Amino acid sequence: MEFLSYLISGISLGSVYAIIALGYTMVYGIAKMLNFAHGDVIMVGGYISLLSMTALGLPWPVAVLLAMLVCTVLGVIIEGLAYRPLRSAPSLAVLITAIGVSYFLQNSAQLLWGASPMSYTPIVSGSVQMFGGRLSISYVSLLTIAMCIVIMAGLTLFTGKSKLGKAMRACSEDKGAAQLMGINVNLTISLTFAIGSALAAIAGVLLCSFNTSLMPTTGSMPGIKAFTAAVFGGIGSIPGAFLGGILLGIIESLAKAYISTQLANSIVFAVLIITLLVRPAGLLGKYVPEKV
Amino acid sequence: MKKLISLVMVLAMCVFLLAGCGQSEEPAASDSPSEAPSEVSAEPAGDETDAEGASFMIGGVGPLTGDNAIYGTAVMNGVQIAVDEINAAGGINGYQIEYRFEDDVSDGESSVNAYNTLMDWGMQLLVGPVTTGPAISVSAEVYNDRVFALTPSASSPDVTAGKDNMFQMCFTDPNQGSGAATYMGSNMAGSKVAIIYRNDDAYSQGIRDTFVAEAANQDLEIVYEGTFTADTQADFSVQLTAAQSAGADVVFLPIYYQPASVILSQANAMGYAPTFFGVDGMDGILAMPNFDLSLAEGVMVLTPFSADATDEKTVNFVAEYNERFGETPNQFAADGYDCVYALKQALEAAGCTPDMSTEDICTAMIEQFTTMTFDGLTGTGMTWTSGGEVSKMPLAVVIQDGVYVSAENAG
Repeated sequence: MEFLSYLISGISLGSVYAIIALGYTMVYGIAKMLNFAHGDVIMVGGYISLLSMTALGLPWPVAVLLAMLVCTVLGVIIEGLAYRPLRSAPSLAVLITAIGVSYFLQNSAQLLWGASPMSYTPIVSGSVQMFGGRLSISYVSLLTIAMCIVIMAGLTLFTGKSKLGKAMRACSEDKGAAQLMGINVNLTISLTFAIGSALAAIAGVLLCSFNTSLMPTTGSMPGIKAFTAAVFGGIGSIPGAFLGGILLGIIESLAKAYISTQLANSIVFAVLIITLLVRPAGLLGKYVPEKV
Repeated sequence: MKKLISLVMVLAMCVFLLAGCGQSEEPAASDSPSEAPSEVSAEPAGDETDAEGASFMIGGVGPLTGDNAIYGTAVMNGVQIAVDEINAAGGINGYQIEYRFEDDVSDGESSVNAYNTLMDWGMQLLVGPVTTGPAISVSAEVYNDRVFALTPSASSPDVTAGKDNMFQMCFTDPNQGSGAATYMGSNMAGSKVAIIYRNDDAYSQGIRDTFVAEAANQDLEIVYEGTFTADTQADFSVQLTAAQSAGADVVFLPIYYQPASVILSQANAMGYAPTFFGVDGMDGILAMPNFDLSLAEGVMVLTPFSADATDEKTVNFVAEYNERFGETPNQFAADGYDCVYALKQALEAAGCTPDMSTEDICTAMIEQFTTMTFDGLTGTGMTWTSGGEVSKMPLAVVIQDGVYVSAENAG
């Protein structure tokens, strides 16, 4: 029974990683850049939702929508101001800029909301009891898993069927050719950032409902873990991010329960290294040999 | 045009970053001007007893920002009240106290820097550092510089070990661990206890070790021990599930309030409601921004100070603190307050004056502290060993409706 409980908490943690990893993987797939500020957009989403619930007294669905809106705008602004001017710069320059944006967001948050941790009010509370109370699953976990599946299905449909989704895939395959076919590449990339940041806001709300503590550095560790998940599943691949996130969450949870709580993080990264040794492009990634 | 926008953004970033630095120093700076000489001349000249315009320079070090900010802020406020009271009543041996508090973000290196800043300012006596890790770092400096230091709340024996001029106002970790075990043994005999502690932290590990040692002598069964580290203090679902399935009805939390708040909330979400038992690190949980007080209902805390005590000293202190800072003082505030009065008692007994060298004051203080008996908010008849450890009895309180109530008074 404990095993089931560990498994469920692993899946729900993994769902949060997966939602964050989707943001990393979409941006990487299309803009070929690692947006290390993604984790901090999660933190901003957390703060916006918390403040709109406590200071403005809005009901939680409105607060989540507001957080999504703010994060979307923030994501598009970051892309437009910090990354777009570097579109043709070496990828290392963009990477450093992304780290800079991450620090900028953390420090701004510290300035605006203070450094001390705030307690986050979960958007749903309580738990469902099963097997005569021997197994209890919190509603937050169920909501997180459900949310992840809905988002995953929605994104697959969007990129597979819609015109904009097709444009996104075209951009990710060959930007130059896409432009020649009449696709507005800049708009498509902005749209990717917008979707990624809106997902980050949802991830922020779910993460904080789970961890119930919020401070300016809240986003960094989950951001790194989700990035790991994206690489694990194959960066650039949407089902890969989903699979990578869920597996990472389960491995972390089970390692904590049965091996050692201290080694849990190390085990997660060890699994990543071993996977990459066997499959360099990640679980579902396509290995594309580069012509030199 | 694009370049212009980028330039403006870069400038804006720089300004924001600088503004960030400025803010972290604000609390300290607002307490006192930064230049020591100008400050002495700025002292109220009308004070007759303050013959040479000299005053005792007392410094404080603790976290005003970061994870443990609540502790540092409480100590700073508690000390401030004591200093203001003493100054208004004529000072120590007729000399006023000057007081300055520096932020150390609960980090060893920052703490040594803060200490050096205070030494440049002319500090003669140190109240602090507030948390254990930084206190261990600073105690080595204090020992070399021969400055007398009294920490309000750094509770590890390592803080005072081998340093004859470093003293503690709070009880030590061994004392807390064995105190908690003794309390549980006599009040909750036969309990199944789970411990969740942070094993990369000297404070948490130290209390857990003595708790486990003493629990063996009591009628207690330890059914589960879960650990976490600084990197894994966001998710406790695994530890809580294991504690629940091991059948624990008491969960002992020798940890600080921030992870404790997460544990309380996650236990609530999974419908697990044992008795949570914390130590002094749990103090401050009620002051956490936006914390849902109902989660802490029934949590027991081992603390030397209870704000609902009815003695005159406590009542006055609580009223004054409430009026000035808008909240009920916790144990840290009371420890800070007691530190200043203990220093006052020792300085008066030794007949110290501010023109004595810091080293002479230190020698006199060591002699006084190892022989005197002190009555304060956090205990009566306190005495100190030559090792710097205080002897006083811990008291158990229960959180009811968001305030501490002595365990004996609890309904």
